[in-house]
Amino acid sequence: MNDRTAPNTWRSRLLQAVDRRLLRVRTAEPLPLRLPQRRVFVLPTRAGWVFGLTLMAMLTASINYTLSLGFALTFLLAGVGIASIFHAFRTLIHLDIDAGPTPPVHCGEPGCFGLALRHQRNRPRQAIRIRNADNAVTVDLPPGGHLTVGLSVPTTARGWQAIGRVTLETVYPLGLIRAWSVTTPDIQLLVYPALEEHPPPPPAGDGTTRSAPMASGVDEFAGLRAHRPTDSPRQIAWKAVARSGTLVSKHFQGGSAGPLFFDWQQLPPALNDEARLQRLARWVVDAARSNNSWTLSLPGTRLGPDRGAQHLHRCLRALALYGQDEHVPPGR
Amino acid sequence: MSRPAADPALSAGQLHWAALCAGATLLPHLPRLPLWLGALAALILLWRVASTRFKGAVPVPRLLAPLLALGAGVLILTQYGTLFGQQAGIALLVLMLGLKYLECRRPRDIQVLVLLCFFLQLGLFLDTQSPLTGAGALLGAWLATTTLLSLHSRQRPSAQVRTAGLLMLQALPLMVVMFVLFPRIPGPLWGLPADAFSGRTGLSDHMEPGAISSLSQSGEIAFRADFAGAPPPPAQRYWRGPVLVDFDGRRWTAPPPRTASQPAYTPRGTAYDYVLTLEAHNRRWLLALDYPGAGIADALYTDTLTVLARQPVHQRMRYAATAYPDSPVGTDLAAGQLIPALALPASGNPRTRALGETLRQRHGQPEAVVTAAIDWLRQAGLMYTLRPPRLGLDTADAFLFDTRQGFCEHFASAFVVLMRAAGVPARVVTGYQGGEINPFDNTLVVRQSDAHAWAEVWLAGEGWRRIDPTAAAAPLRIDGGLAAALPDDAALPLLLRPDLGWLKTLRDRWEFLGNAWNQWVLGYDQKTQRSFLQRLGLTPDDWRQLGMVLLIAIGTVLAALAWWAQRRTLPADPLQRAWQRFERKLARAGLPRLPWEGPADYATRAALAFPASAAAIRAIAGRYATLRYGAAPASARDAQALHSQIKRFSIQCG
Repeated sequence: MNDRTAPNTWRSRLLQAVDRRLLRVRTAEPLPLRLPQRRVFVLPTRAGWVFGLTLMAMLTASINYTLSLGFALTFLLAGVGIASIFHAFRTLIHLDIDAGPTPPVHCGEPGCFGLALRHQRNRPRQAIRIRNADNAVTVDLPPGGHLTVGLSVPTTARGWQAIGRVTLETVYPLGLIRAWSVTTPDIQLLVYPALEEHPPPPPAGDGTTRSAPMASGVDEFAGLRAHRPTDSPRQIAWKAVARSGTLVSKHFQGGSAGPLFFDWQQLPPALNDEARLQRLARWVVDAARSNNSWTLSLPGTRLGPDRGAQHLHRCLRALALYGQDEHVPPGR
Repeated sequence: MSRPAADPALSAGQLHWAALCAGATLLPHLPRLPLWLGALAALILLWRVASTRFKGAVPVPRLLAPLLALGAGVLILTQYGTLFGQQAGIALLVLMLGLKYLECRRPRDIQVLVLLCFFLQLGLFLDTQSPLTGAGALLGAWLATTTLLSLHSRQRPSAQVRTAGLLMLQALPLMVVMFVLFPRIPGPLWGLPADAFSGRTGLSDHMEPGAISSLSQSGEIAFRADFAGAPPPPAQRYWRGPVLVDFDGRRWTAPPPRTASQPAYTPRGTAYDYVLTLEAHNRRWLLALDYPGAGIADALYTDTLTVLARQPVHQRMRYAATAYPDSPVGTDLAAGQLIPALALPASGNPRTRALGETLRQRHGQPEAVVTAAIDWLRQAGLMYTLRPPRLGLDTADAFLFDTRQGFCEHFASAFVVLMRAAGVPARVVTGYQGGEINPFDNTLVVRQSDAHAWAEVWLAGEGWRRIDPTAAAAPLRIDGGLAAALPDDAALPLLLRPDLGWLKTLRDRWEFLGNAWNQWVLGYDQKTQRSFLQRLGLTPDDWRQLGMVLLIAIGTVLAALAWWAQRRTLPADPLQRAWQRFERKLARAGLPRLPWEGPADYATRAALAFPASAAAIRAIAGRYATLRYGAAPASARDAQALHSQIKRFSIQCG
């Protein structure tokens, strides 16, 4: 995250220096990534310090009362604590990290970065905690297995959003030692523009504005149906959900279905760029939902006419990256 | 696979491990605790375990724990009179452990509970450090490790126990290194509570009727002696403890010692070299076989022929000594020095006094008086018994003329009174007599039940002569030990009974182990450490060298652990494991697989490079490809077959 919001204070500069020099963090590391030994660090946890203090007290008591078995027990427990350092270390090293599915979301919705963990050993790796600034997940990796974890983040701006600093850590086996490694894997989340809440009806295919929203057919309410995972939250019929207890979505019927044409140039001049993008995003989403065919025209780009999910994604992507460099996400 | 990151509630498994850990730590404490406290702790553990097991049990009332803590704290205070003594401290720890388990809600509570268990385990060592206790502590540490592990691992319990065992195994080398090399500082570092080291049995510096017979019920070991050659015959095995001179009519006490760094006599006659391992008894005297020669390290020799340490013996100690049983002692005493040995209270024991007077008048010479007194004792029909009847105020009179039943302290006390009445200087000597050879390591084991009291009389020209009045009545006590001397129906401690021979063998074996344990584990103190380090060729006084060796040893163990941690374990898939072995064989022959090469391409290239083995290489690669990429998943037997085929495979050069 620090690459997006980098206030030039001494504190953030210090943190960046620590990241770079000490933790050997690079920005946007190419994947797949295997955690090498020199990037896994260990330090006692709070419980570990308390454990150490307890052992010191036991050692003092053993000296004071000349308890040979006390010495033996203290040293045995110290040995267990020290051995646990290596178990914690072993839990992280040589762990393969790859990008997992990171589906695009609209700005304002929670995004989810996918991280795939993989290894080849014939023993499990337990209690690995994957953490970013906003969220943390703890997982067990089965022997020789792989799994995908999702780290959710809030989204605040359209365009590419980088996963930022990810910490992999574990206090396995005894909770006395924390082993951790900080990485910045090259995983990008595409954030579409937010959808305008109450947009005016889109213009007709010939470019004239339709008179009333109900006549357009695009927003025509056609009844309720069972919720599908792909439905947008605003499609859910909350009143019906409250009554029935199951998720139901509002179903809109595409009406007349002339070819739709959404043109940046024809939007009211008072609208600023972001508002234009939000309105256009809304229109293409609604058009896709009612299974219409549409054309999107942006300065320098024209997409369509076409229909379907592929076309929708292309359009939303173009809207998301409008005015930004298409291929190089910010922060690089 | 994922689970919430927040501080989670405890699972039943985690609570059960904690209960096992707490239970195993508490169990050996139970005999030492007040009954109510042990019962309370056990009840709490069982109740919480049961309520975890059967869901829907009543939750713990909020005020229960503080109320229990307050009530039990007050009870402990009234029971021990303090909260700061050693015993009271352990009682408080037990209470805290129980209450902590009662209110265990989060992983952190269990961590605290485990630390409490460690302290409690240490508390047990104050009382006993036997091999059994050591084994219990090892088990406790294992359970504690498993309990901590269960907070972070979601494997099956058996796998958790194994992982904890692996941690313990890895800790063992570190433990041994630190145990041997960590500099031992002799304690105590500060004042100990008043009740430290209490409850250790042994001789005392005074004697009343019944003092030694109560000791004789104890089978505890007083000391062990390892003779360089043959031990002296039983009749000469008199181990001298405190010498009691002052008599107030009932109680014998030792006078304050006058010490010198050398014995006051010249050793003469046969010498017996031995090394004695003395159990802690919290007194200063060092038991020694009559009569010790000079040269016991750090010891003082008193005018009563006893050997004293400079500090009370709070821990087991070893010293080398030489005994000269035939030495004449006390030959050149002045008359003034004998006055205490002739003193009697102004009144009391009139009949014994009269007897002494008669003997002196009839025989005159002190030596003849002594002989006559022994003869009198022999004919008086005195009985040797562990349970003498209670004596009145005039103990000597009551024993010699009325009850005629007594234990060695009665014989010695009455005889000395008689001698003093007859004008012969005499005193009571306490110590141990006899001992048994343990056939497993040939050490002479002397127990509290061998505690004994005898007399010494002073004769002009001869000095002190040992007289054992018990021998006059029960000669077997001296030659055959307590069990032989007592009548058959007398109540004997179980292990002294002659008919339980197998039990005795078992005990001998156990004590042989115990002796080794004492010498190598418990007895590893500053002195032993120094001599051990010297034998390793180190200079124990050079702390820099010692620190260096300690660091190097620990560093070696850590390096081994680091190697273990980064070692790439074999892949989980047996097929892949077998194939990697095949690749290693070819790589050794100079043909490593290129990173982008698949099995088929690699095999083709290898077959070209080693034409003599081409058939075998193709066969293996074909089989691997079939098993790996074939429609049916490979069975364990197929993988095994491929494995053995690859194992047999060797490259024919030609």
